[in-house]
Amino acid sequence: MMCFEDVHFWYGEKEDPRAVAALRGVSFVLREGEFVVLLGRNGSGKSTLAKHCNGLLVPRKGRVCVDGMDTRDESVLWEIRRRVGLVFQNPDNQLIATTVEEDVAFGPENLGLPPSEIRKRVDEALARVGMSEYRKREPHTLSGGQKQRVAIAGVLAMHPKYLVLDEATAMLDPEGREELLQLLRELRKDVGILHITHNVEEALLADRVMVIDNGEIVAEGSPREVFLVGKDIEKWGLELPQIVEVALLLWKDYPDLFSVLPLSPDELVDALCSYS
Amino acid sequence: MFGKSVVIGQYVPLDSAMHRLDPRSKIFFVALGIVTLFLVQSWLSFALLGGFFVLLVLLAHLPFQYVLKSLRPLWVLLALTLCLHVFFTPDDALVLFGFLRVSLGGLFKGLFIVARLVLLVVATTLLTLTTSPIELTDGIEGLLSPLKRWGFPAHELAMMMTIALRFIPTLLEEADRIMKAQMARGIDFESGGFMKRIRGLIPLLVPLFVSAFRRAEDLAVAMESRCYRGGIGRTRLRMLRFERRDYAFLSLSLLVFVLSLSLSWLTW
Ligand SMILES: Nc1ncnc2c1ncn2[C@@H]1O[C@H](COP(=O)(O)OP(=O)(O)O)[C@@H](O)[C@H]1O
Ligand SMILES: [Mg+2]
Repeated sequence: MMCFEDVHFWYGEKEDPRAVAALRGVSFVLREGEFVVLLGRNGSGKSTLAKHCNGLLVPRKGRVCVDGMDTRDESVLWEIRRRVGLVFQNPDNQLIATTVEEDVAFGPENLGLPPSEIRKRVDEALARVGMSEYRKREPHTLSGGQKQRVAIAGVLAMHPKYLVLDEATAMLDPEGREELLQLLRELRKDVGILHITHNVEEALLADRVMVIDNGEIVAEGSPREVFLVGKDIEKWGLELPQIVEVALLLWKDYPDLFSVLPLSPDELVDALCSYS
Repeated sequence: MFGKSVVIGQYVPLDSAMHRLDPRSKIFFVALGIVTLFLVQSWLSFALLGGFFVLLVLLAHLPFQYVLKSLRPLWVLLALTLCLHVFFTPDDALVLFGFLRVSLGGLFKGLFIVARLVLLVVATTLLTLTTSPIELTDGIEGLLSPLKRWGFPAHELAMMMTIALRFIPTLLEEADRIMKAQMARGIDFESGGFMKRIRGLIPLLVPLFVSAFRRAEDLAVAMESRCYRGGIGRTRLRMLRFERRDYAFLSLSLLVFVLSLSLSWLTW
């Protein structure tokens, strides 16, 4: 379990009045096997939160725990970083080595594993993300979506328990984005996923949605619960997913049309067909 | 518009005996070869070394024109060296063309130097054509790591080279993109005098540097997230290992080098 307990963080000097508060009392938990989407507009503190997950930043107040280990404890920092894999926004800036397989090997190499074990993990991880046939390719010859999948493989090769993606889909074309989301759906069985995005459509797949604004978690719940706020979502700088917007419009005029908010076109059609 | 191959080296990915050698053996071979080439003084030695290199090119399955291509940037230098020696050696003149004397001794000396340079390039090319940049980096790290004991940053150097190799194509693509964007805004990179062109590069270099620093920062964060903490306790996917073929190759090279050196001393 990864937990944030009343985490406060601001950039700059300690009691600097000009310092911007980037996180103000964030608390939540991410369990293994859970798929959580964190929504928030630009500058709301998403990346700051992501960097707290593996101790790249440590809270000024409150604490972050990964399986009971405090990120402020230097002696367990590397174990925390192994357990919590981070994938970042820019696919070009997180691949380190000159070939795909060398890059995936980078994490296990840092863990000091024997070469045969590294080999095994690299092959496994590349197969997992469907990039095995690209293993000898140079990163700059891959598409954005493929680069992100390699980045995920690089993290998976460290056998993490949690995967945190900081706007990993933001710079991808629709196709690359769809591939990546499909991959996340496959991975959710084995690792806890915290997928950070400002694309509300991606939140429809989540077990749980959190909304962050101005450094605070302002809404949390299943996608159905969160999107019930309707147009009010705009006060956090977000929009409603298209399907929810349509459904809510219909609901206003036909209050007994749905028993629950539909989250996919199929659910909407079903509800419409069974309406009498 | 930018020649990628110039920067990346001209590695030819084949599967040959030369390709399979440990990069450290090949680096060793080149280092010893260079020293030998500078010490030998006789044609017989050159012939022996040349024959050996040809054999290695054949072993590497490399087409000869690849090797010749690497000599191309040197033509001018070679021709100039030869001319200088032929015309300006104060020696018994063979023929006189007005004020130009053609010296036989100079001709020999010039050809000597040309042969030396050509063989030097061929030896180095044997390394760069058969060794991928990653292997080369690993090899250099392997050879330098004994110096770590005295504080030499062997691992850091190798990591820098790896990152440079990884990002050169990315930065070239970016330079290309920025250049096109600036040209679309009416900036002229291609005309004007030397100073004007240099100044014209500013709209290219400034955005390129800004983005390179941004990338460096992102990369550092990504590396730290993947448990990177320098060379300590780090293992490799492919550990370098000297095989029997490496010992064979090195012994053979050593034999040829020593033989050509002794030939040179004997006949001199
Ligand atoms: N390195 C930094 N130094 C100072 N302020 C920063 C830094 N990084 C982010 N901030 C500020 O912290 C706030 C949250 O930023 P960030 O976590 O990057 O948001 P998001 O990822 O949601 O766009 C913003 O107001 C931003 O300006
Ligand atoms: Mg961000």
